Amino acid sequence: MTTSAFGSSPAAVKVKRSTVASYVGLAIAIVLVIALAIGPFAFLTKGNQQNLVTLFTYIIMGTMWNLLAGYAGMVSIGQQAFIGIGAYGIVYAADQLGVGPIAAIPVAMVIAGVVAYLVSFLAFRLSGGYFAIGTWVIAEVIKLMTTQIQILGAGSGISLTAFSGYKPAIRIATVYWMALAAMVLAIAVTYLLMRSRLGTGFTALRDDPTAAATLGVNVTRSKRIIWVAAAMGCGLAGALLAANTLRVQPDSVFSVQLTATMLFIVVIGGIGTIEGPILGAIVYFTLEHFLVDLGAWYLVILGVVAIIMVLFLPQGLWGLISGRGRISLFPTGYRLMTNPATPPTVATQDNAV
Amino acid sequence: MALLEIENIDVFYGDVQAIFDVSLSIEEGQTLAVIGANGAGKSTLLKSIAGLCTPATGEIRFNGERINDVPPHRRVPLGIALTPEGRRIFPSLTLEENLLVGAHTKRSGYWNLSTLYETFPLLADRKSRLGTNASGGEQQAAAIARALMSNPRILLLDEVSLGLAPVVVEQIYAALPAIVEQGTTVLVVEQDVNQAMKVSDRVQCLLDGRTVLEGKPSELSRERIASAFFGI
Amino acid sequence: MQWANAVVQGVILGGLYALLAAGLSLMFGVMRLVNLAHGALAIVAAYLGMVLVNKTGLPPFATLLIVVPVMALVGWVLQRTLLNTALNRQSLAPILVTFGLAVIIQNLLLEIFTADNQSIDVGSLAGASIQITPDIAVGVFPLITFIVGVLVIAGLQLYLAKTTTGRAMRATSDDREAAALMGIDHRNLYALATAIAIGLVGLAGVFLGVRTQFNPTFGDVTLIFAFEAVIIGGLGSLWGTLWGGIILGVAQVVGAQAFPSSGVLLGHIVFLLVLAFRPTGLFPKVVNG
Repeated sequence: MTTSAFGSSPAAVKVKRSTVASYVGLAIAIVLVIALAIGPFAFLTKGNQQNLVTLFTYIIMGTMWNLLAGYAGMVSIGQQAFIGIGAYGIVYAADQLGVGPIAAIPVAMVIAGVVAYLVSFLAFRLSGGYFAIGTWVIAEVIKLMTTQIQILGAGSGISLTAFSGYKPAIRIATVYWMALAAMVLAIAVTYLLMRSRLGTGFTALRDDPTAAATLGVNVTRSKRIIWVAAAMGCGLAGALLAANTLRVQPDSVFSVQLTATMLFIVVIGGIGTIEGPILGAIVYFTLEHFLVDLGAWYLVILGVVAIIMVLFLPQGLWGLISGRGRISLFPTGYRLMTNPATPPTVATQDNAV
Repeated sequence: MALLEIENIDVFYGDVQAIFDVSLSIEEGQTLAVIGANGAGKSTLLKSIAGLCTPATGEIRFNGERINDVPPHRRVPLGIALTPEGRRIFPSLTLEENLLVGAHTKRSGYWNLSTLYETFPLLADRKSRLGTNASGGEQQAAAIARALMSNPRILLLDEVSLGLAPVVVEQIYAALPAIVEQGTTVLVVEQDVNQAMKVSDRVQCLLDGRTVLEGKPSELSRERIASAFFGI
Repeated sequence: MQWANAVVQGVILGGLYALLAAGLSLMFGVMRLVNLAHGALAIVAAYLGMVLVNKTGLPPFATLLIVVPVMALVGWVLQRTLLNTALNRQSLAPILVTFGLAVIIQNLLLEIFTADNQSIDVGSLAGASIQITPDIAVGVFPLITFIVGVLVIAGLQLYLAKTTTGRAMRATSDDREAAALMGIDHRNLYALATAIAIGLVGLAGVFLGVRTQFNPTFGDVTLIFAFEAVIIGGLGSLWGTLWGGIILGVAQVVGAQAFPSSGVLLGHIVFLLVLAFRPTGLFPKVVNG
């Protein structure tokens, strides 16, 4: 019949997963992580380390929120529930169960995951905007119930005492390394998840749940997996926040402001890519430092920027830089090379929300 | 001057071309039937006239004026009314309410609730039935009546016979003379060739998005139509 | 008899919740948009009412004559500019945009009015009450709120059922493209629906401001209560929203009677129970558009 758009011989078509950019990206990332790991010995002050822990936590939070919204199409305004559970979890496990601050983190994550699993049977009965508010209600309930528990300090909060044997420099460096490792882990797990067959299913789910279901993607199970994974990631972030400040206040650790932060990070950075939330977290973190004197105006500005990004630059800053997926440092899609000599023309999985 | 003139349009759905260089014209008061197999581009043609699709090239003129850039809701006051493919009755409204919505655009003319109930007695009995509970035939009658409520100059009928029993199709088409009598121009899109030939003044056949045959029903033989229809 | 009184107070409170929820329900019904700024807008109206009362000495009910049209206009503009655009973008956009809007509004209010608690003064009306039985007294103002809530729901229902634009809204909600074929411009229709919804939020916000102390962060709980009322009652049903509000109100007040300072939590739990066992709500709309 007619000639194929891809040329007449099959040998002219190649499918690749990685590009030069992605290998370069991986190399840069490895170098960066090594440099950051050496930091406390060399050039990072205690203050720097604590600030960076906040940044790493933002990156984790943004990556998790993007996992839900960008890859699974679920907008949750209730993720603060799991951040709070993580924060209380590390205190409970480290101080009251006595497992020590480092081992307490996985425990906190598991608690967050279990709660998320149970809660999903309620939350999944809603969808879209009502799902969003529903997750917020659930977060409020979790907060209200947690603040009833006396051994967790009830309404006045609780302190993390498991570090009391440590010298400040050691404690801060320990938390710093835990945060660095956690961030790398969170990104790596998300990346591998999205690259896998499971991940392709998730992207299909995001784009068209009905079509995905007909192709054999178990929609509810996939959503639940992402939901639990994201909750565990948020639990991780919460545990790190608690370890960094040594204090858990229910109003701050269960605050919807945390969701606002995650939303801004993902919207500004770029929804639906691995790189987006990382970039967004860096931008948000920087803005926060420079604009902190503006008080509430800072959030007004952020809100305006977020709305403009959603309406006019939905691919975010990363989308702008990467030309909508032409460059991908963490490629999760496939590229069709019509002629090995010419640059790739198709970016698939990465964005297109 | 023809009431509706389509000149060399190409229409795409995304990257897929559905209509290739099609032209068409209808004089006021005529009934034109556009026939063709599934996927021939007939519904796309009607949608382009109604404004639901925009041609990439070419021109659509109504009453001498180019309407390519006129959005669908503004074409109704001009006198174009489409009974869409699949009927698309509003499911949560009663059949009567469906008709009332059809009168949203106020154009004067013969058609109103009572005259429509006369022409479609089937509707008069069922007017309080919810759209979602109505049978296929009732929905089709309602869809046509709804389009007529705007007293259009041209009525576009998209695959009226689809999914309906032959008896019901006969009943529906029995109303057509009353519509034509009012001077309404009608463009009927049909897969049912017999029915199309019976009601039309002229016939145009599409195949794979192209016009392959035109003429008066009386001048076209079975064989010519069959070969045009099927492309053999 | 404490319980009977609690139930009555809960029902009365429910009227306020239904009033707050009406606009949310309408916007979702017509255009499938969940307005996360709904609560924040109610608080804007409360502040507006307060400012008018304090600066001009107008009686609170008179401020409605200004607040409601202003809010309706705000709603119209919002829909025509931001929300219609958001609806044409990807499906997450309306949620993200309205959430961003809520953050902007809340923090603007914080900057302008600080975090101090405020309220709208209705003078002697605030304390007036009607004794129904020896154990049950109903505040006059809350009663008025309840009656207004019922009237609003009934009025909205009538509007949608009987008027031309109401019918057009229902048709557009069922099938936007088919409605366009009838000559209906959905952009203006949506703007009208939002204008009505936000106008009603304005009405509700003033009543809220009289009934309770408020501050900029109050938008959050307002949104949550409105949402719970809608879900308990059933999506797509305005009368359902009224019942949802009443059930929520009763749950909260009776709950607070049983477990002091846990009223709100009890309300949430009732909501979650409905979600668990009757996810479509108690009076869901029968037909899906």
